[in-house]
Amino acid sequence: MTLDAVVRVRRNGFTLDVALTAAAGETVAVLGPNGAGKTTLLRALAGLDEMEGRVVLDGEVLEDTSQGVHVPAERRRAGLVFQDHVLFPHLSVVENVAFGLRAQKRPHPAAVAQRWLVEAGLGDRAGALPRALSGGQAQRVALIRALATEPRLLLLDEPLSALDVSVRAEVRRELTRQLDSFRGVRLLVTHDPVEAMALADRLVVLEGGLVVQSGTPDDVTARPRSRFVADLAGVNLLRGRAHGDQVLLAGDASVAAVSAGEGDVFAVIHPRAVALYRSRPDGTPRNVWHGEVDSVDLHGDRVRVRVKGPVPLVAEVTRGATLELGLTAGATVWMAVKATEVSVYPA
Amino acid sequence: MSRAKIPAAIGILAALGLLLFLLPLAGLIVRAPWNQALGELTDPTTTTALGLSLFCSLTATAIALILGIPLAMILARTRGTLRNVLRALTTLPMVLPPVVGGVALLLAFGRRGLVGSLLYQAFGIQIPFTTAAAVMAETFVAMPFLVIAVEAGLRSLDHRYEEAARSLGAGYWRVFVRVTLPLLRPAIFSGAVLCWARALGEFGATITFAGNFPGRTQTVPIAVYIALETRPEAAITLSLILLVVSVALLAGMRERWLGAL
Repeated sequence: MTLDAVVRVRRNGFTLDVALTAAAGETVAVLGPNGAGKTTLLRALAGLDEMEGRVVLDGEVLEDTSQGVHVPAERRRAGLVFQDHVLFPHLSVVENVAFGLRAQKRPHPAAVAQRWLVEAGLGDRAGALPRALSGGQAQRVALIRALATEPRLLLLDEPLSALDVSVRAEVRRELTRQLDSFRGVRLLVTHDPVEAMALADRLVVLEGGLVVQSGTPDDVTARPRSRFVADLAGVNLLRGRAHGDQVLLAGDASVAAVSAGEGDVFAVIHPRAVALYRSRPDGTPRNVWHGEVDSVDLHGDRVRVRVKGPVPLVAEVTRGATLELGLTAGATVWMAVKATEVSVYPA
Repeated sequence: MSRAKIPAAIGILAALGLLLFLLPLAGLIVRAPWNQALGELTDPTTTTALGLSLFCSLTATAIALILGIPLAMILARTRGTLRNVLRALTTLPMVLPPVVGGVALLLAFGRRGLVGSLLYQAFGIQIPFTTAAAVMAETFVAMPFLVIAVEAGLRSLDHRYEEAARSLGAGYWRVFVRVTLPLLRPAIFSGAVLCWARALGEFGATITFAGNFPGRTQTVPIAVYIALETRPEAAITLSLILLVVSVALLAGMRERWLGAL
């Protein structure tokens, strides 16, 4: 069972243009900042919003705008889980779960719904109204409601984002358990890297309506191809043109690296590899840049110093070092990075 | 309590305004022929008018529900100039003098009216001055209250409930009956109550379009007006009944509003 989709949505000057495949048994997370078009993509796949392109699930064409094919949402068997549960407030928990079973004319809807709840450890909440549930319980019920109809495609829209941090772990456990036993195609959209890393086998990074990168979480964070991914991986990402051992950046700056190759490249520098000096250092590092401290953020006993200049970088240093060097916003500093600490790969 | 002072002038004007409401009510209660009230209540003219009023107003409310909810849905879920015009036309009866509504109904459904003449020629049906006319007049005047309330309810409804229902496999009618209508229940209820209260008190359009025929079109408000000349006690008793109904409605609605908070 696979999902094969090409989705284009144009709306108010925003264009989403995504090609996506997902196989049964893997969880694909569409990761991107707010406004990247993640929810738009999910709603188009669910059949709720108008789109152009083609969506094929397990050989069945759900949407093909060139052929005029559109299977309505209620016949797609695509389970949808919203950010904030959206349980029917006028129906009890068990009736919420039974809703889809009744709609699809399955036998013994109430009994089947009850069994799902018992298996999830929510049997004692069956008669309660959604407003009596905690946030975590409500989201778990919402997940069960979507799964009880045995959808072929499970679409999760930021399923943990609306929850308190304290209950996220509880719901994430349930989600992991349910996802593992779900045999259809699983698609998760989120702006939270932790959520994506914890649940996904494969990441698709979406920015400004376009896929900028995809691969396993390790691949993606090891070789970021966008500011968003670099930030979530906590690394410095520079883009430029490689020539020999140099990467030429916009402006006049350049980065020395070991065999950078030729053409458009990304250069990644880990903040731990950036050393800071008060005066121009004289040593082996081939990269020495001048800059001005933009901000200083404390992360435990480590400090992330953001430096602006021809080569804007984030340096990670100890708290003692910042005190000793008097690193505050506005201070001028020199940065040094060894060429061997710069990893370069084609853009 | 805030310590901001309210000037005396505002207090005096407010008191005058309050008196304007309260004095007539006091007059009604003080002058009520309490010892004759039971007799008046069981008088055939009174009971007939009451029964007719109940029948007409409830029928009007039922029609308003059947036609008004779909109308509210069209108004709430479409956009454009046509919709804006439709919306203005729908709410027109709320501001139109009822007697003008009655005249308009006569011109449309009268024996020589726009539609009425066709009905008469084709089927021999005459609407004016029948109970049906009274029901139509009340519906005409009262339905906007329901439409407005339901439209507002629909606008504030989170569409994702319906989308969740669809994604679970529910078709249009199942979503409508099992999700949309139950979620709209508070709006429908308050709209229906307002609509019924307006229909129950309808006078101008009814007397113009349906006339004053005891047992056929003489509803309580018309009976009150007629009785004021000849049997003022009956008029006062009937007025009291309408007053009690109104207060009860208000109390019931208030309970509901408070409960929703």
